[in-house]
Amino acid sequence: MKLEKAKTSFKKTINSFKQTLPILIGIIMLVNLSITLIPNYFYKTIFTGNIIIDPIIGGTLGGISAGNPIMSYVIGGELIDQNISLIAITSFILTWVSVGIVQLPAEALMLGKKFAITRNIISFFMALFIALLIKFTLSFL
Amino acid sequence: MINKILEKIEGKWIFLIIISLAYLIIGFINIALFHKTLIALSKLILKLAPTLAFIFILMFLSDLFFNAKKISKHIGHNSGFKGWLITIIAGIISSGPIYMWYPILSDLKDKGMQNKYIATFLYNRSVKIPLVPMMIYYFGLSFTIIFNIYIIIFSIINGLLVNLFLNLNNHENSNRKC
Repeated sequence: MKLEKAKTSFKKTINSFKQTLPILIGIIMLVNLSITLIPNYFYKTIFTGNIIIDPIIGGTLGGISAGNPIMSYVIGGELIDQNISLIAITSFILTWVSVGIVQLPAEALMLGKKFAITRNIISFFMALFIALLIKFTLSFL
Repeated sequence: MINKILEKIEGKWIFLIIISLAYLIIGFINIALFHKTLIALSKLILKLAPTLAFIFILMFLSDLFFNAKKISKHIGHNSGFKGWLITIIAGIISSGPIYMWYPILSDLKDKGMQNKYIATFLYNRSVKIPLVPMMIYYFGLSFTIIFNIYIIIFSIINGLLVNLFLNLNNHENSNRKC
């Protein structure tokens, strides 16, 4: 009986995996494309030095970037050396993981279009707010 | 004609075809870059293969041991504190790229996992325990502690806001139908 249930679950998992495989392959290809085509120095050139615009640029850049979060720390570390504001860098590393414009089509296809768009918009503005809050909290320490 | 073909092809295949076309266009424009992209792609697939296998096993085990009733009880409509705790911990300890988790989340959603918990899970993926030493190295200890604490707190607010906006949207749509 248990073996029968395991077989059924295995078949169900394979079927559900088959359904999602084209999306997964597509998203892996898209992420790879963005990693290969956007060089690291691009991030340094785009900041303006404006304390209001830079966090929005940071958040947007993080949102459209994809790849291992280590990269966001490394780029963020380099940006600190270039005197880019901590709020801009924090929103950049936060949106790198929490907002996914590259992954948006896959998220919409698997979790629903409304959910994906709502979650990404909220996460973007939340990243800006958290970045401000971190800077504010650090100023007391 | 094209519209009829597109109607027959599911969204997921259209998505894959568009991405494949982008690769082909790169190949026509710059063959060296195309080679570089393909090599990087094969490396990325090899790197992600173990995570993909892990997700497959998780999906299999969740189907085997958790039915819709159990899922609803733990991360469903009225799961309360337990639901938040489960999704926060799961989000923090989950590894691999975010998109690898979409299939299992979609599966759990079908079985009754609430949108607020999915959003909270995804937000907590910004807490990267293995990368904490690196974060301390680049941004300092105080920043790292505050950053991670705020993410955990705001992940709940994120989940609640996503739920609120989705409910508002659904409410507006049902009002329009009336």
